Amino acid sequence: MELRPILSTLRRHKVTACLLILEIALTCAIVCNAVFLIGQRLQRMDMPSGIAEHELVQIQLGHIGKSPDAKAQTETDLAALRQIAGVRQVGVVEELPFSYGGSSNSGLMLDPHQQQPTVNVSQYMGQNILPTLGVRLVAGRDFGPGEYVDLDTAMAALKTGDTKGLPQTMIVTRALAERMWPGKDPLGQTAYVGKDIALRVIGVVASLARPNMLRMGPQYSVMWPIHMTLADGASYVLRTAPQDREAVIKAAVAKLKQLDPNRVVVTKRTYDEARREFFASDRAMAGILVGVIVALLTVTALGIVGLASFWVGQRRRTIGVRRALGATRGDILRYFQTENFLLATFGIVLGMALAYGINLFLMTHYELPRLPGIYFPVGALALWAIGQLAVLGPALRAAAVPPVVATRSV
Amino acid sequence: MFGYYLDLALRSLKRNKVLTTLMVLALALGIGATITTLAVLRLLSGDPIPQKSAQLFYPQLDPYPANQPFSRSGKRVPYLMSYIDAMNLIHARKAERQAAMAMSQVKLTPPSGVGKPFYAQGVLTTTDFFPMFDAPFQYGSGWTAADDEGRAQVAVIAGSLNDKLFGGANSVGRMIRIEDHDFRIIGVLRTWAPQPRFYAVHLGGHSYGEGDAVFVPLQGARADDLMPSTMMGYGKSIDVEHLETAPAIWLGLWVQLPNAADVAAYKMFLGNYAKEQVALGRYQRTDTALSGLMEWMRSEHVVPDDVRLQAGLAFGFLLICVVNTVGLLLAKCLRRSREIGVRRALGASRGAIFTQFMVEAAIVGVAGGVLGLVFAELGLWGIRHQPAQYASLAHLDLSMFLFTFVVALLASLVAGLLPAWRACVVAPAPQLKAV
Repeated sequence: MELRPILSTLRRHKVTACLLILEIALTCAIVCNAVFLIGQRLQRMDMPSGIAEHELVQIQLGHIGKSPDAKAQTETDLAALRQIAGVRQVGVVEELPFSYGGSSNSGLMLDPHQQQPTVNVSQYMGQNILPTLGVRLVAGRDFGPGEYVDLDTAMAALKTGDTKGLPQTMIVTRALAERMWPGKDPLGQTAYVGKDIALRVIGVVASLARPNMLRMGPQYSVMWPIHMTLADGASYVLRTAPQDREAVIKAAVAKLKQLDPNRVVVTKRTYDEARREFFASDRAMAGILVGVIVALLTVTALGIVGLASFWVGQRRRTIGVRRALGATRGDILRYFQTENFLLATFGIVLGMALAYGINLFLMTHYELPRLPGIYFPVGALALWAIGQLAVLGPALRAAAVPPVVATRSV
Repeated sequence: MFGYYLDLALRSLKRNKVLTTLMVLALALGIGATITTLAVLRLLSGDPIPQKSAQLFYPQLDPYPANQPFSRSGKRVPYLMSYIDAMNLIHARKAERQAAMAMSQVKLTPPSGVGKPFYAQGVLTTTDFFPMFDAPFQYGSGWTAADDEGRAQVAVIAGSLNDKLFGGANSVGRMIRIEDHDFRIIGVLRTWAPQPRFYAVHLGGHSYGEGDAVFVPLQGARADDLMPSTMMGYGKSIDVEHLETAPAIWLGLWVQLPNAADVAAYKMFLGNYAKEQVALGRYQRTDTALSGLMEWMRSEHVVPDDVRLQAGLAFGFLLICVVNTVGLLLAKCLRRSREIGVRRALGASRGAIFTQFMVEAAIVGVAGGVLGLVFAELGLWGIRHQPAQYASLAHLDLSMFLFTFVVALLASLVAGLLPAWRACVVAPAPQLKAV
């Protein structure tokens, strides 16, 4: 296809051509970044938690102050919950991956005299966590009953400086082990929290995400052998078959109310609900971005249809003359398609530069990573396709112009 | 003359219905998106307390040890305050008013027979809270400084809680059970829910939405072991039973400073206080800060990043819609060169042609504005069904309503400028020759 006649025609419609290029460029820039943002959100929503997500339900009761019988009450509750039909495991857990409702975090150090902690980790404390959450152990073992200490004992020990009352062991995630001891066997290694708490690694789990503060490293979590009660802000977590979850929640709440009718149920939900809630704003944002992309592409496509129709109308006589001089319908069709392809290409080149600029702006203001190179060719392909689709109708109409138009005086 | 232009413009728009619909629709989409996101942004970044915000300041001190800075960069001053410092500043009375506060999720037990216990958001604070923040009382009043020091078991409750527990009647003098301790109600607030909930930034709870339910004296509530939602320690651990003396920050302090001289004096006072604490060995840093309310809202990113991102996106979208409209208007106008030539030959001035085309653009703008308003209402309806804490607040007020039309008209007039100018420079002779 000869490009020269197309270019010389475009030169005669500079302003309209420039407007179309500008529109395509802006669309390209925004769509590239919007798709990138959607990708980021989806990636975030898709992060692995490392637990048996579809099998867990959480029940949290409001507890006031320190009651001396909190420990006994917890034991009674646990015994009762284990009796419920369909319940496979019961545990007490202070926090769950990807969920609102607080988390406890600390700085882990390789050397007790370090000024700054090596990594910030979230610690999972409570009873029977590993089997209840369904976390997969890849090396070492779970805590033995003798390793657990009560939270109160640990806090008191910390105050008096008596290291006997403190936990001595911990289980870490594989990601954390690789960060702390790269290339070494993590089992048997020791890490410190402050100067006083030394914890020996006895087990490594494949994956266990932290509840929040994901920026610190979503997989940097540890488990400590510390007994919790509901008075410490922990929840009961029950593991069951996915289809039994609703029934188990009902039965468990009824059982707990029966044991003590004065307690307030603060939370009762499946883990899936907790996770959905945590990522709700990401899902909403991704939805909005999809809407914007669709609207933008529609507006741009309609703009192309409008301008192309106008050009076809304006050039009816020229088309007639060309047809009379021997151009086939295919030639005319291809002429308009090539013209659109050229305009789209200019727009895309300009749009890529703009997209890069917008990405730089977003990187400095919203802590986003750099736009990966793959978005450029994909964005280009999308806009070329949209352009060709939009121009097809007007181009077909142009191709249908009969040669006889040339001979008619206007 | 204007009527004639209007008639011409309407005829021209009617002649090419598809193109006109395209222009109006594109403009309306852009305006709908922009107004929706702007309404949310305005709502979220608004002044929570317009009559007072210029006088309210948030002081910060740094009790953290030298080798353990509050932030990794070491540049940020802690955004909460320890109990000892908050009490020292309150007792110093260097500002016109000053109040310390902490948030707490509290269990409320209704008077017997009204219902089951439930959890609500409570505020532990000191006497100046109500006059300083202009919290309006429906019944009764707040407590006094003597009540603070005397650890009085009194409470001020929100109107909504009063409706729920006492059917809206004057409940002053009645008792309310908070975390299994009895508090005497001494005041009932009218509806009061500043958006954002500026006084609770970093203290826990939501930044937007309903107001807090109960307000109790800080010392009295702490005597009953009510726990603050947020606390951060700078020692080995936080001894939650002795929070008042523990190396922990868990309070927010607000002060009212009526004029610039007061602000300067207070800054000086804070600086001296920090130096004094260093001399006493309590502090190892002399960093302090004093931020105005709106400045504090901005620096703490109270408005979610997503909302600002959406507004930016909507503006980009509107820009594309305007470019689109320019292109389409231009195409239409160039097609009518012959008509313009005839009009010019018959005596119409360039100004007349220009005005005629601008009127046409304005009609597109107004139509786009009306439709855009419909889209914006739809958009806000969508936002109200989103899981955000500010969802229920998303509404279009009168000023935003008018603003829609201003934006629409402006966008269409900007879009109309180029085509109108091109139209008015059309030379009449060649156009007539071709006929």
